[in-house]
Amino acid sequence: MKRLALALILLAGPALADSHPEARRVLALGGSVTEIVYALGEESRLIGRDTTSNWPPEANALPDVGYVRALSPEGVLSVGPDLIVAEDGAGPPEAVAVLKSAGVAFVSVEERFDAEGVLDKVDAVAEALGVPDKGRVLHEKLAADLQAALGRAQAVTGEPKKVLFVLSLQGGRVMAGGADTAADGIIRLAGARNAMPGVQGYKPVTDEAVIEAAPDVILMMRRGDAQADADANGGSSHTAAKQAVLAVPALAQTPAGRDGAVVMMDGLKLLGFGPRTGEAAVELHDLIYAGS
Amino acid sequence: MAALSPELRPQRLDGDRSHRARRLGLFLALLLAVVAVISLGWGASGTSLMRAVSDLLAGRELVMQDRVVLLDIRLPRVLMGIFVGASLAVSGAVMQGLFRNPLADPGIVGVSSGASLGAILAIVLGGALPGWVAAFFGWYLVPVAAFIGGWLTTMALYRIATRRGRTSVATMLLAGIALGAIMAALSGLVILRANDRELRDLTFWGLGSLAGTNWPKLLAGAPIMALALISAPWLARGLNALALGEAAAGHVGIRVQKVKNRAILTVAGATGAAVAVSGGIGFVGIVVPHLLRLASGPDHRWLLVNSALLGAVTLLLADMVSRTVIAPAELPIGIVTAIMGGPFFLWILLRNRGVLDL
Repeated sequence: MKRLALALILLAGPALADSHPEARRVLALGGSVTEIVYALGEESRLIGRDTTSNWPPEANALPDVGYVRALSPEGVLSVGPDLIVAEDGAGPPEAVAVLKSAGVAFVSVEERFDAEGVLDKVDAVAEALGVPDKGRVLHEKLAADLQAALGRAQAVTGEPKKVLFVLSLQGGRVMAGGADTAADGIIRLAGARNAMPGVQGYKPVTDEAVIEAAPDVILMMRRGDAQADADANGGSSHTAAKQAVLAVPALAQTPAGRDGAVVMMDGLKLLGFGPRTGEAAVELHDLIYAGS
Repeated sequence: MAALSPELRPQRLDGDRSHRARRLGLFLALLLAVVAVISLGWGASGTSLMRAVSDLLAGRELVMQDRVVLLDIRLPRVLMGIFVGASLAVSGAVMQGLFRNPLADPGIVGVSSGASLGAILAIVLGGALPGWVAAFFGWYLVPVAAFIGGWLTTMALYRIATRRGRTSVATMLLAGIALGAIMAALSGLVILRANDRELRDLTFWGLGSLAGTNWPKLLAGAPIMALALISAPWLARGLNALALGEAAAGHVGIRVQKVKNRAILTVAGATGAAVAVSGGIGFVGIVVPHLLRLASGPDHRWLLVNSALLGAVTLLLADMVSRTVIAPAELPIGIVTAIMGGPFFLWILLRNRGVLDL
């Protein structure tokens, strides 16, 4: 029980500003955190990453301690970190409690899928690494990118377009992105509307719901791996994926299907909510409103 | 036992095998001790048991990392591996005895799915319970819910598969599949309500893992498993007699219903608690008792004890593979046992093709 009490006290910790400029062996958990560490130019301090951290490509050379939500405490300790910066939700909680009791500094970074959220995340990672100046520079640049996206969004005249994010299309079944997802967040930042606001998270939806939602644009992600793309999207190229989408009768009947408005973006850039989110929002905006 | 005529006593009938089973038991106990020590000294980090022991002997304070890795990570995990492995193997052995069928296994006939459903309900809906319930059960809420889920499923299975004292193999397997499907569907319903985060957690949980083991978790699950394990050897006589058929067992003075009820409670307790703390770890329950029956015969007096020992050894070995093969990441242990156990299960099926009345 003492251990539990200790864990609770430590869990309450992140509310305080927690800065570790002296940390030389940093483990980044979560794709966006890793990306921010690189964008801050602090990658020389990184000694490890998790499975979701595969951008920039150099990050893949770091030892992989496993999936961010299924960490093994001993595996994490074996890379010898003195600071762990993690997206919130890194776990399981038992593993995090053990890591903290082993004396490793653990900073948990909040994740929200909006402009404020991604800027806060940059500040939090910079704070944790003890590089507030570099943090401010990155913050300004990202804020400018986000401002550019906002400018384009505001320039849209009339109704914003309705975008249906299709995570995968296995067997003709549409797995859509609903509320509280990164997909929902980036669609908003791009100045459009999510066509599935009534669904929570990524869930399979019925054909009728797809027709009812009447999206103007169908958005899919490129996974950067031909096999993964073929499995999830029905094809590894944009053309093949588009054909697979239009082969689903329900999707073909929507305004997006009739216009052949199927757009694809790099998955990590699209959903990462890291330093490239501003650029991603601009790029997505241009893809969505290309025809109009 | 006096009531049994000599030819009804498998253990006396086959004195040679009984001797062999005893020696095997001793060997397994030794093996377990050795594997447990190796397991404590083996892991992704550079922490070595030797260094820790020599530090201790020299009266030096342990290095912080050694202390955490050995005492807070590996020790509870090794103990958990022993309890879970023993529980799964003993559950398998008891079920196979109860159904007089080598294919009965909590994972295959839906008992694990029932226990999972209980655990998932407790995890997802636990927050909605009145405060005093949560306070009363504390860390035990999930194991107890899993136990109840496993118990109800085992009861239902037995009721469905048994008619007039006879248990039908085909009915049991098919009913088990149906029950498993129903439980999985109900779990799916609960999961549909979960958010993305809970969803990903549950996916990993289904693969089985000892990765999150810590002392409170061990103390929540171990008492139920210990109780089931301690009570299992008392089932041996009853299960041996049941091998003759229920009517014959009744004639030789066995209180059949009592044995059956106890067997069901044991399976539910052992499987339920094991599933609650470690998720879905398959195939230990079918492979271990089967190997032992091949090696030293079907006498439950030894089969149950030896199953516990070999089950613990098997799971410790599987766990060593799971936490080192892709280190510093970790392979869910359910994947390791399924890869080892799946082909073995197929082999059993092929060997028994002529014998099973399917």
